[in-house]
Amino acid sequence: MRGHLTTRDVQSDMFWNTAMETISAADLEALQIKRLKWTLHQTQNVALYRSKLKEAGVAPGDIKTLEDAAKLPFTTKKELQAGYPFGLLAVPLRQIVRIHTTSGTTGKPTVVGYTRGDLESWSELIARNLVMVGLSDEDVFQNAVNYGLFTGGLGFHYGAEKVGMTVVPSATGNTQRQIEMIEDFGVTAIHCTPSYAMHLAEVAESTGAELATLKTGIFGAEPWSESMRSELEGRLGVTAFDSYGLSEMYGPGVAFECPERDGLHIWHDSYLVEIIDPATGEVLGPGERGELVITPLVKEAMPLLRYRTGDITMLMEEDCPCGRGRKIARITGRSDDMLVIRGINVFPSQIEHVLLGLPEVGEQFMVYIDRVKHLDEMTIEVEMSRAGFSGELQDLARIQKHVAGALHNALGLRTTVKLVEPGSLPRFEGKARRIVDRRGAL
Amino acid sequence: MEKSYIIKQISIFSENRPGRLAAVAGALKEAGINIFAFSIAEADGFGVVRALVDRPEDAHRRLTDLGFRVSFTDVIGVKMRDEPGGLSEIAGVLGDAAINIEYAYAYSGRDAAVLILRVDQVEDAIRKILGSGGELLKASTFH
Ligand SMILES: [Zn+2]
Repeated sequence: MRGHLTTRDVQSDMFWNTAMETISAADLEALQIKRLKWTLHQTQNVALYRSKLKEAGVAPGDIKTLEDAAKLPFTTKKELQAGYPFGLLAVPLRQIVRIHTTSGTTGKPTVVGYTRGDLESWSELIARNLVMVGLSDEDVFQNAVNYGLFTGGLGFHYGAEKVGMTVVPSATGNTQRQIEMIEDFGVTAIHCTPSYAMHLAEVAESTGAELATLKTGIFGAEPWSESMRSELEGRLGVTAFDSYGLSEMYGPGVAFECPERDGLHIWHDSYLVEIIDPATGEVLGPGERGELVITPLVKEAMPLLRYRTGDITMLMEEDCPCGRGRKIARITGRSDDMLVIRGINVFPSQIEHVLLGLPEVGEQFMVYIDRVKHLDEMTIEVEMSRAGFSGELQDLARIQKHVAGALHNALGLRTTVKLVEPGSLPRFEGKARRIVDRRGAL
Repeated sequence: MEKSYIIKQISIFSENRPGRLAAVAGALKEAGINIFAFSIAEADGFGVVRALVDRPEDAHRRLTDLGFRVSFTDVIGVKMRDEPGGLSEIAGVLGDAAINIEYAYAYSGRDAAVLILRVDQVEDAIRKILGSGGELLKASTFH
């Protein structure tokens, strides 16, 4: 199985593994089925999955096609936490060569184990990503993320070494020193969180450092917007790429932007991807936004079945000009934030996206949900923008209608839009609490 | 010639909630700006406060600094004769010329009632009203 993953293709510049990155639909399906069966087999070494399958009335042998995967039970983060520390491992500890943990912000952390094969597969995927964005053994790569239990450090480190890049394991902190390293070593590519990149840009500007050699920025581990992209690109002089991953799936490298920077390629030979309605669990088609569910196909130490990532995205409908497989959209939120209004799923990020596209209103908003005569009513308050006010009442009514129309298009839901004075809505630091659900209160 | 009759009204976006009007009036008073006329137009949840003041530029700057959305609107002021039928006469003159009155509000001027009009073709309206013997206030009356 490992042989498939690690074939280095030397003919092509922007591909690390052309055969796998441009695999035909039919070959991919056959490969996915084969690997799904192997994964199911592997999960049977874990008590949790034996009992979950039993409970679902599914035997590993029942899964014959990819569609059959929908019969399998979901796995949740809670279940992984309950298995702390080693309850989810499918191999004996002597085959585990490394462990990482997820940040334990809520309850116990999740322990992720890696076999030697897992580390090999993981660096293979990172290598694909780096080569996909045009990096090669000519590049000097500064890995400015936390090394240690966090997966971002070592994950990228070994992937970049595999490509043959000159790796600077700068880790985090001491920004002044980070800037010196970029300048002294002629660093061409940097990997860090988008917020640290912003900080780096500020410090570089204040000290007059030009960072002239830097051309590629890889940003992940936090959500970041398109406006942040243009700001980072302008200030650091880089082309910025979005990196997606989660520790449960090795870490970073699960999905990555190609030079088109219109969605992320997710590596279908290693991850079976489904998008589900977070409320019902129903599988959604391309173009429909929902929660990303992943069944890893090559994970040895910690196999997972239909793991609910909690991240909101969709499978994109269009093929990518770069020739790789189906992309997912950039992550637009967490399924925990989802609202169900009159049976329709609404994500606050969708509202934000609509408002960003309307210059006559600001980007701040508040959502109020009430139940009026057994019907959910959603009221959205938006601020008038500087540009939006002509002085005429009928123009205000027109703006109100326009905003409600745009929201209706995006959400499939009629809402009441209220225009409020600029600066009158609350500003949030960090996690915004823009939703006031008053349906429960009576 | 017509331009001297165009009066600069300030229009202020306001939510329909208590205290907003007082906030506008208070800010202008504090800046020593005189308000000649004042009107409020309301729709669903929000409104526009319209005001004729002696220093519209100052009022605009002052209110904008306070975070209000403000814009200028061109209006005209028609002196109403103290006799029946004055309003319908004006409306007739403008209607014949296919000029729309978008809104109107009255205030009591020094020696006669004044009707403030917002029309869609302001210079045409000025010509027609003057041509039919109507009396308009000069902008210099206010500013
Ligand atoms: Zn692509």
